[in-house]
Order: sequence, then structure tokens, then C-alpha cells
Amino acid sequence: MNHALTDRNAPWREQLRASMTPKERSAIKRVNMPVLSPTERIKNMAEVNLGLTPAQAVVEASRCLDCAVPGCVEGCPVSIDIPSFIKNIQKGDIRGAATVLGYASALPAVCGRVCPQEKQCESKCIYNKLKKAPVAIGYLERYAADTARDSVEEPCPHTTPRLGIKVAVAGSGPAGLSFAGDMIKQGFDVTVFEALHEIGGVLKYGIPEFRLPSHVVDAEIQKLANMGVHFEKDTIIGKTLSHEDLIAEGYKGLFVASGAGLPRFMGIPGENLNGVLSSNEYLTRINLMGAGKTECMTPVEKGRRVLVVGGGNTAMDSVRTARRMGADDAIIAYRRGREEMPARAEEIHHAEEEGVRFLTLHNPIEYIGDANGHVCAVRLQKMRLGESDSSGRRSPEPIEGEILEMEVDMVIVSVGVSPNPLIPDSIDGLEVTHRGTLAVDENQRTSLPFLYAGGDIVRGGATVILAMGDGRRAAASMALALMAESEP
Amino acid sequence: MFRIVDKAQFSDKVYKFVVEAPRVAKARRPGHFVIVRSGITGERIPLTIADADTVSGTITLVIQAVGASTERICALNPGDVFDDLVGPLGRATDIALRGTVVCCGGGVGVAPMLPIAKAMKEAGNKVISVIAARTSDLVILENEVFKCSDELIVMTDDGSYGKKGFVTDGVEAVLLREKVDEVVAIGPAIMMKYVSELTRRYSVPTICSLNTIMVDGTGMCGACRVTVGGKTRFVCVDGPEFDAHQVDFDEMMMRMRAYNNYKP
Repeated sequence: MNHALTDRNAPWREQLRASMTPKERSAIKRVNMPVLSPTERIKNMAEVNLGLTPAQAVVEASRCLDCAVPGCVEGCPVSIDIPSFIKNIQKGDIRGAATVLGYASALPAVCGRVCPQEKQCESKCIYNKLKKAPVAIGYLERYAADTARDSVEEPCPHTTPRLGIKVAVAGSGPAGLSFAGDMIKQGFDVTVFEALHEIGGVLKYGIPEFRLPSHVVDAEIQKLANMGVHFEKDTIIGKTLSHEDLIAEGYKGLFVASGAGLPRFMGIPGENLNGVLSSNEYLTRINLMGAGKTECMTPVEKGRRVLVVGGGNTAMDSVRTARRMGADDAIIAYRRGREEMPARAEEIHHAEEEGVRFLTLHNPIEYIGDANGHVCAVRLQKMRLGESDSSGRRSPEPIEGEILEMEVDMVIVSVGVSPNPLIPDSIDGLEVTHRGTLAVDENQRTSLPFLYAGGDIVRGGATVILAMGDGRRAAASMALALMAESEP
Repeated sequence: MFRIVDKAQFSDKVYKFVVEAPRVAKARRPGHFVIVRSGITGERIPLTIADADTVSGTITLVIQAVGASTERICALNPGDVFDDLVGPLGRATDIALRGTVVCCGGGVGVAPMLPIAKAMKEAGNKVISVIAARTSDLVILENEVFKCSDELIVMTDDGSYGKKGFVTDGVEAVLLREKVDEVVAIGPAIMMKYVSELTRRYSVPTICSLNTIMVDGTGMCGACRVTVGGKTRFVCVDGPEFDAHQVDFDEMMMRMRAYNNYKP
């Protein structure tokens, strides 16, 4: 670690703090992210957020008060030294900023785009207490990561001498990549096994190009490969290679980050009609398989009036994708109200700008098919909000007799996922919870020695950054355990 | 990369490929399938494993050219590669000593039926195989099936080879003459439906292996969902084999037509 980059008392940093008064800093308005216009962006898959200009980034960075006890860092699941990277941006040392990000995060360009900063770091910014908009930490993170990546002089992340201890990772999504990054930095030999034909997991098959371009993910993966991480695609731990096979091949530890596998359906009549599909299927066909591009052989339906069921980020990704795939009318049906939607405010806002309709307090109860077995209509039960439930959200209840029937030619069900059973089913003695997720302790340890787990296979459906936090915790804990084991 | 080491043509549109995939060859059991992909613009295609050789580290796949993607695959030759091949997927067949087992395969369904018949034979069962095709040219793997069967009945729709009639005629002839403990049926959905209706009348437990539309093959997308015993199940992780008497074949056939009129 380069102390000069992170030392709050370094002369350059003290100079920066002295260069403006807190009052001057707090008087600056928070930057707005430049975006593609809604009319332009619904014609293609281009990224909506364009990123800050260098001038915007420096001004935004100067808003940061460089608090002695920064709340933002506590709000970050991977504990990025946020004031340090921001002050490096303000100083003009973008490589320095990227280096600081790299100490804690294997995927800063990804997190800068898809993290719910408004609920994490930015929600803990001191400015909230002053009734001002928080520093745009996410935008700045993206700026530093993108700029460092695009400059030819990007520093090769440091690596330590090799320990000669092999560890395996099942799954190349955010949890697995984060774990791999931390382990390779500590000198372990890391192999990441991926079931699909592309590395990146949900970052590739799930999150659309307009929110997270594939080349951004590929660059982060290339960085890990340059540090020495091995990637093996088309390999399913528990199927292609068993846990015993891994042990026989000399792997001393396994981190299971196989993700949330099975899409949930609602079990209502007509759900198996053609034209009704899970958001996982819809997004995988388009994002991973390239369906819709003339040269790609994977088909995907193109609905004119598309109903997306659910209110999370995946529902927003699906409905916004449907707009781009040519739907004239793309509708969100959500059983609670707008306030209760779990999707990020930015995604809801972008969807609205793109002409997506919101039918809140509506819940599908039946799909109706045509003579060919294709969905042609939906019956929606109107709902109202009752008492708060265990999650603190007011639970929706049906308003008797109030049913809306609507013609639709495609339905995308986005009501959550269940854990993938492949690994729990294939490793004897691995303890699972009643929800089918892997049971772990606070250090991500499962019931079996040297077998750790994190991300959605443990959480059942959460965010990229929480998965990455799990990866970091697992890496720290497994590294200690393996080094203790290898002591003579 | 998965190199093709051998290729043979079984009939007009049906080819056998032997492919290097040592890890899959070692891990696979009867009933398992793989997903293959040819070219970066290719589809992911599920194919049941017909055979495997752990010594040479190869698996055998039998592929029928029925659409653009399978035609592309069938045009490959020894020395070419599959860009991607992943497996073994699905649950393996429940192989046990049951007594008399009738294994019936229709068309290319004979290929995935073969390893099951072999394993059933090795488990000590009396294996009666019924293989069927539209016409004599389309009968595949006859010798291989013969070798692992106590009796082999070949049926053709047009009577050009073996006995004239459908696979159900061959199976019913056996059911009429002796006690059968289990039937394994693999082939086109319509064939499995009729075998299932037949064996239900005779109250003989029947296993079928479903070949629905899939994308990832690991439980992630749900494209392969079918109704079994009134419940939605995923063929890729819950199957591909199910109790045939519980499967809603009409719904399955409807779902398999999802992209029939697809235009990019």
C-alpha cells in the first residue's frame, strides 16, 4: 500500500483542506450526471449515464469536506477509503485515486455504476445532516475507475510473492471476483470456475448494457487475469468437477459464489403460457446471448405491449430493455406503492423518462392465452396498503372485486429468485437454511472446513456490493485459516 | 475448446459426434445431458450424452439437424471444435434392479436411451428394448442397443424394417405377454405422451426424459419449465427425467412451439 495516497495528514492533503473553507465547499451544488436523452437512448442499448467530465469531477471532489471520521466509509460494504480516493481526484492524481479504490474493490468501474450509493456511502455523508445533497461518491468512483482504465498508464495492481497455495472459486460474479482479487493480492493461486461461457456472472447475463457495458466488466476481469487469477468457463462445481475432485487437484479452499439460481414464479393460472417468461430468461437471452441482433442465433420475443411484474432493479432492467426492443407500451405492475419499490430511485426515474408506465398497487392473478397457447391478456387485482409487515413495508391486500383486465402480448415475471440448488445438492454435509441458501457464520464459513460461501447463494437475492463484501470477508478469513494451516 | 475427434452420419439429418471433454466423460452418468455452443453467435443447445469413454476422455453426442443452430453444429467435422460444452447437467437416471424394464426410444431418442438400457442391464434387469423410426433409414444404434438388451424389437411406421407400427404397438405387445416393472420412454414429446397413456392403462411405472427449450441449463432461466403432477418443475435441474404419468405433455408440446414462427 502506498501510504502517501491515503494519509490524511500528508502535506498535500492538508493543503487541499486549507485551500477552501467548509462553507465554500458546501455552497457548491452537487453535480448532475450527464445522460443520453430519453428519445435517443430507447433506440439502442448505449449506456445512459455518460460519466463526469474532468472539470465536473474536480469540482465535485472539492465538495468533500475530508471528514476526520468519515461516515461514508462505514456505509461502504467493502470499506473503500472514500475521502482518500476523492481527494486524489481533487489533486488531479486519477491514477492515485484508482489505486486507492483498488485496495478495497476489485470492481470499482462496476460499483461506480450499479451500487445503490444513495442507501450506502452517500446516505452517511455529513452533508445529509446539513440538509444538503451528499457528495456524488458513486459518480466519482466511476470517473476514477474509467479514467484510469482508459489511460495507457494504468498502474498494474501490486501483487505479493506466491504462497503456492491453491484456492478455487465457484462462480465468477461479483462475490467470486471480489474474493479472487483479495486472495491473489495475498499470494494465493486462484482459479475461478464459471458455469456459463462468459466470465462475470450476473454482471454479464443480468445487468443490461445500457446500465453496465460489457467492456467495463471485461476490463475489470482482465485486470484480475493480469494479476494472475485463472478463469475456467464452462465448468460447474458440483457437476463438472466435484468438491472431491478439487481437493484431489490440490485446492486447499473453496469459495462458493454460485449466485441466486432459480427464478421465482407466482403459481397463478396461465403462467406457463408462451410469452410469459422470467426476467432471468429475458435478460439472459438479450445480454448474454445477443438475442435481437441479426447475427445472433438465439431468439427472443419482441412484445408490443409488455407487462413486467415486480418493482426491483431487475424489473426495471427488464422493462427498460423491453422498450429498447421495440415495445410501444412497457408497463410495470407492482403490488405495493411507488414508495415501497425496492428498485433504485435512479432506475425508476430513468424508466419513467423512457416512457415506462407504472401500475402500482396491481398484482396479476391470471394470464389468458390465445388459441396457440400464447399470452394475450392479464387479469390484475387492484390492491391497497394495509399494516406494516416484518420487513417494515406496508403489506398489500386485495380490494375485493376490483379487477383490471388488460391485453398484453408478453409478460416478464421479476418477483425474485431462489438459491441455485446445484452446489447444495452435490456436496454432502453442507448445511443449508430453510430457504435453501447456504448457512454461513460471520466470516462466511459454511459447515465444512475450508469451504466458504457468499453472495446470493447465501443472501438469496441482494446487491452486487453486498456480494463483494462477502467475498472480501471470506478472503480475509480463509487466508488466515490457510496460512495458519500451512505453518510448519 | 472441445475438439471433435470423430463424426459419423446415421441418417439424412442425424449425426454422431465424439468430442473431447475428459471432465464430463468422467463425471457423467446415464440420463445426464450437456449444453454445447458453436461460434460466438451460436445458441446454447442441450444434448443428451449417448455414451462416454473415460480412457479417451470423450463423450458421444447424437444430433439431429432440425434448425439453423443444429445444422451449423452438424456441419462441423473431426478436428473442429465446439466453443463451449458444459455438463454433465440434470439428474442422473435412477438405476436399480427392478426386474423387467422396457426401454423404448423414438427417432434420435434412441441415443439417450442407450446408456440407460446399458446401465439397467448391468444392474441385473431383464431389458427389452423397443426402438422405432418413421422408416428403415432412420433407425439408429440398432447394434449397440441389441448388445445390451435381452430382446430387441424394431418398429417402423411404414413397415420398411422390423415390425410395422408405432413404438406403442411394440411396447403393448410386450405388456400383453409379460409382467413389466418399469418402462423408460425417450423420444419426441408426442411419442412419450402416447407411451405414457398406454402404460397408465397397464399401471406400469414409466420414466420419460424431456427435451424442452433451455438457455443456461443450470436452473437460472426457467425456459424449460413443465407441469409435473400439477406443479411447475424445471427440466434442467429437477429433470430431465420425470414420472411420465404426471407430465402435462400437451402443455410441454405447446411450450416447445414457442419460437416456431420466430423471425429475428
